[in-house]
Amino acid sequence: MRSLFSEATPPLVSVLFAALVSSVIVLALGQNPLHIGSVMFQGSVGSVRSLANTLEEATPLIFTGLAVAIGMQCGLFNIGGEGQLVVGAFAAAWIGVKVAGVNPLAHVTLCILAAGFLGAVWALVAGVLKARFGAHEVINTIMLNYVAFILTNYLVNLPYFKKPGQIPQTDDVLASALLPRMDFIYKYTRLNLGFVLAVVVVILVYVLLERTRLGYEIKAVGLNPVASRAAGISVVRSVMIVMALSGLVAGLAGAERVLGVHKHFVSPFPYGYGFAGIAVALLGRNKPLGVLVAALFFGALASGGAQVDMETQVPRELVTVIQAIVILFVACEYLVRRMGLWPRGAAAHE
Amino acid sequence: MSDFWSIFSVSLLLATVRKSVPLIFASIGGFFSERSGVINIGLEGMMLFGAFSGALIAYTTHNPWLGVLGAALTGALVGYIHALATISLRANQIIAGVAINMLAVGGTLFLSQVFVGGERSFSLAPADRLPMWGAFVPLAYLSFLVVALAYGFSYFTVPGLRMRAVGEHPRAADTQGINVVKMRYFGVIVSGICAGLGGAYLPFFSGSFTKNMTSGQGFIALAALIFGKWHPIGAMAASLLFGFADALQESLQGRGGLPSQLFQVIPYILTIVALAGVIGRSVAPAAVGKLYQREEKE
Repeated sequence: MRSLFSEATPPLVSVLFAALVSSVIVLALGQNPLHIGSVMFQGSVGSVRSLANTLEEATPLIFTGLAVAIGMQCGLFNIGGEGQLVVGAFAAAWIGVKVAGVNPLAHVTLCILAAGFLGAVWALVAGVLKARFGAHEVINTIMLNYVAFILTNYLVNLPYFKKPGQIPQTDDVLASALLPRMDFIYKYTRLNLGFVLAVVVVILVYVLLERTRLGYEIKAVGLNPVASRAAGISVVRSVMIVMALSGLVAGLAGAERVLGVHKHFVSPFPYGYGFAGIAVALLGRNKPLGVLVAALFFGALASGGAQVDMETQVPRELVTVIQAIVILFVACEYLVRRMGLWPRGAAAHE
Repeated sequence: MSDFWSIFSVSLLLATVRKSVPLIFASIGGFFSERSGVINIGLEGMMLFGAFSGALIAYTTHNPWLGVLGAALTGALVGYIHALATISLRANQIIAGVAINMLAVGGTLFLSQVFVGGERSFSLAPADRLPMWGAFVPLAYLSFLVVALAYGFSYFTVPGLRMRAVGEHPRAADTQGINVVKMRYFGVIVSGICAGLGGAYLPFFSGSFTKNMTSGQGFIALAALIFGKWHPIGAMAASLLFGFADALQESLQGRGGLPSQLFQVIPYILTIVALAGVIGRSVAPAAVGKLYQREEKE
């Protein structure tokens, strides 16, 4: 219980700080922060519709947040979730459009596997470069993001993929490839079974990290690669496995967006989920269950922010600003610790 | 064949320089930050803040020069935030950079709507834009001057050598009486100024501020810095190469033949290859990314 408390305190303090700063911004705009807050509450959890919205917005963040968290557990910073998501989305659309005559369960599964596979391959490029040449994974995953955007832009413009018209997008995926919407909750929701898949993946990653030998090795390498090598753990193998797993999970986010929400691939693909995943992992202390909670929080912010944009004079970009401030405060844990708000034990592993 | 060569013209050369200017500014910005030991993933965000504040100030005061000055100051302010977070408050340098990029995307759109009547983009009247000095706006000439200054400063002056020493071996530098913290603040703030100026070039070039208008140029500048082996002249040469690829890609568009994406992807592939050491390995300053704490403190 005590450890849960010390784990949860710093993120909560950071969120509180961010709320304070954004209240000041709202005040500076001549608006009432309490009113904006209540609109945000209404828009995120105030009704069944908002709640479904929140879960829908949270779904890709669960995947991309997990992707970052898995890497961090091994001391790797996968900043390329954006690119891995995009190649995953393209793979899902490809199989979804071009493979016909399969039963729905098999078709969806095939699409999801393809997305995960391509995402894994994309991240593995950086993993191999890191393990083989010691090349910094941060720079390489950033570069690979842009390679992914440009490559998929090229592919989607090929006559084989492109839907006739001005916009570079594929046809809609076949009905058999769609992730069913959870419209028993709310009729017009875009929330789909991808959310359930996300929760299942959270549990799988938790089991992998906490209950298996591989998970133990991954965390050991993350804490101390030199000692791990001395203890007979292959650091190279761990780095490659972790990068592949991380990319796989980020690729699933792309599958969920295509099969459950947009129904096609379009270039440029809606972006931001990959980078927001870094915020989610950071706020969730790189733990699977923490990621789930943090993704729901950011999902609520996004859903509530849309409501604020519609109903008030405050633009929706306030949400992105809040996200950035949360990250800055979480990152500046030293500040919080010096103020005596951060339990010393919690930061000791840094 | 003659048709192919016809694209290599004076206008392609001019376009190359025009495309390179923001990259040159920002990669020199990256040089100052990273050579003093602080990774600057936030170059992209600093550019975007510069683009926005430069455009907004020119838009409201009708004085483009004030816009340029404002962009430099905004860059310095964002650089200061990065320095405060990473040096004094010990934040992870990469995470702080990511936060700055996010803050820039959200913050500029937010402020744009606050200041420009609910609009997410706005245009500059011709009179509010920088004048042309010959073929280029003044900022283009300034970018090459900045390269020369960066080179002269960091290789031929005492403070410059100190800055680089702090990025390579802060403990040794500290032992020699160099103030590591002050030197790093200097590097990161100058980094912000350069990136801000590079960003300001964009709205004056295109005539408007638009959503996320840097579109990854901060990351290309980072790539140019790495491909240029963390050296100002190298960074400039790489920026010109990447600018050339971009200009070529534009002039080839609609001509058939090679896909334009092939040229777009060049900077990123070259950087990955350079980092892997296939053609002359690119090595980062030794202490970049590491927090420096003096021993007597906790």
